[in-house]
Amino acid sequence: MAVATRRTQGLTDKQLHYCPGCTHGIIHRLVAEAIEELGVLEKTVGVCPVGCAVFAYEYFNCDMIEAAHGRAPAVATGVKRVLPESVVFTYQGDGDLAAIGTAETVHVASRGEKITTVFVNNAVYGMTGGQMAPTTLLGQKTTTTPFGRQADVAGFPLRVAELVATIEGAAYITRVAVNTPKNILRAKKAILKAFNVQIQGLGFSLVEVLSTCPTNWGLSPPEALRWLKEKMIPAYPLGEFKAPEGGV
Amino acid sequence: MEKVLMKGNEAFGEGAVRAGCRHFFGYPITPQSELPHYLARRLPEVGGVYLQAESEVAAINMVYGAAAAGARVMTSSSSPGISLMQEGISYIACAELPCVVVNIMRGGPGLGNIAASQADYFQAVKGGGHGDYRLPVLAPASVQEVIDLVVTAFDLADKYRNPVMVVGDGILGQMMEPVKLGPPPEVTTPPKPWATTGTLGRKSRNIINSLYIEPEELEKVNLRLQSKYRRMEEEEKRWEEYHATDAEVVIVAFGMVARIAKAVVDKMRKAGIPVGLIRPVTLYPFPDQPLVAGSSGPVKAFLVAEMNAGQMLEDVRLALCGRRPVHFYGRTGGMLTSVAEVEGKVREIWEGLK
Repeated sequence: MAVATRRTQGLTDKQLHYCPGCTHGIIHRLVAEAIEELGVLEKTVGVCPVGCAVFAYEYFNCDMIEAAHGRAPAVATGVKRVLPESVVFTYQGDGDLAAIGTAETVHVASRGEKITTVFVNNAVYGMTGGQMAPTTLLGQKTTTTPFGRQADVAGFPLRVAELVATIEGAAYITRVAVNTPKNILRAKKAILKAFNVQIQGLGFSLVEVLSTCPTNWGLSPPEALRWLKEKMIPAYPLGEFKAPEGGV
Repeated sequence: MEKVLMKGNEAFGEGAVRAGCRHFFGYPITPQSELPHYLARRLPEVGGVYLQAESEVAAINMVYGAAAAGARVMTSSSSPGISLMQEGISYIACAELPCVVVNIMRGGPGLGNIAASQADYFQAVKGGGHGDYRLPVLAPASVQEVIDLVVTAFDLADKYRNPVMVVGDGILGQMMEPVKLGPPPEVTTPPKPWATTGTLGRKSRNIINSLYIEPEELEKVNLRLQSKYRRMEEEEKRWEEYHATDAEVVIVAFGMVARIAKAVVDKMRKAGIPVGLIRPVTLYPFPDQPLVAGSSGPVKAFLVAEMNAGQMLEDVRLALCGRRPVHFYGRTGGMLTSVAEVEGKVREIWEGLK
């Protein structure tokens, strides 16, 4: 009998700890499938963040390093400079990448470090209890913006893909979402492309993935998918912000 | 053997190259600048990588990644920069990765100044970052010893899978002395089957981590670390004695202050006053044996001399447990202890013993 589908070898059998309706699980699978399909699972080293994905080293079926909050790009740089033939990725959330790790994010791009970053943007700190993230939308209620994020107090949402795309060493910068089957397929293609950019030695690649957090948004999983579509995508437009000329 | 004139900071760099270190990540800060300058030229010559990070925070995390990938790796900084690295050093200690961190200490606290100081003793030997961990800390007192001890530092780091710190001060970093280089030492790096290199045919995945969410598990990790530190205390204490066996007043000093203290010992001996010196070479593990041995011999009093307000002083007192009086002389803020000042203190102690 022909095998119609099977579990990706890029993930372990460990049960995910993510909340019901959270799209981290989908993103994990897309990253794992991409690594497996490119045939580089055995030479991949992943670096996981502090935040909801802190246990990702238990899920990705390759050598993994757990980094300090915000420092995954620096750790990945150390690995890649020692092992230039390896495939190195970081998997980071919005607090990790866009607040405490902003400097590392900017400079890993400016060095054109040949690594791939998967940036999960769900507009909130999940693990620590639903606090405001740099990507929290104006008016969005969080545990530290209980009346909604006000620009005059808490500033404006940070658009990471647009920011990083201005940096010369960044080779491929894109934003995708995982709220519909169609968008999930697009996200998969983007992640594959990002790893290909790394493997071809073209420079730094980053895929920003708009993701849900039903628990901290205070919504049901279907409502969270709607909120992503209606609130997040208008603030964080999908698409490629930078790609290698001539394609990958 | 050929002698070459070398600056202390450069000697740290050459020592690292001789130890087989091919990766350096750092961030500029005075007074250690010649060290990265040297390696920025030298490492590419030997097929290595010199990388200037965006901050000390990033630099130590690059070290974490490079060490995880199995490399012999080093970073260097000076006091405020070392403060910024402490979180990373704590992670590296818990994840049990080998690396070498050089601190060319400057005057503090705060931005302080760029003059020579030993005020980071507590930070270096008592942990520095969060959690229960220890680093072997080596304190060379000459440019020659820098070359030799940096090689030792890499060997200790690999032996114990632990970060090792080498501390100097602005004088040691900036001064030039003749050194014998000799043929490079035979570098034997132990196999690192735990390194995250990609599985490359290995059956199980390697994970480098310092997160243990279950307290029972984390306690086990702590107990393993503690037993490692006890082993360091058994095996790695190093010190130098100078006219210490028949001394009645023993100066305890490390790094450049020990050089000053040697001049004091020579002067006192000429004047017929039996003064000696014990120079800890490892600040952790602290060499308590020669102090304890001295206290059961002719030593009547100890004088701890440091370029700080009395930090190693605490370890000397702990080692002696009140067996003999322990005096202190120190200068702070980047001020040097002069031969005359230490001599004055020794004479005062000597007069008091009569």
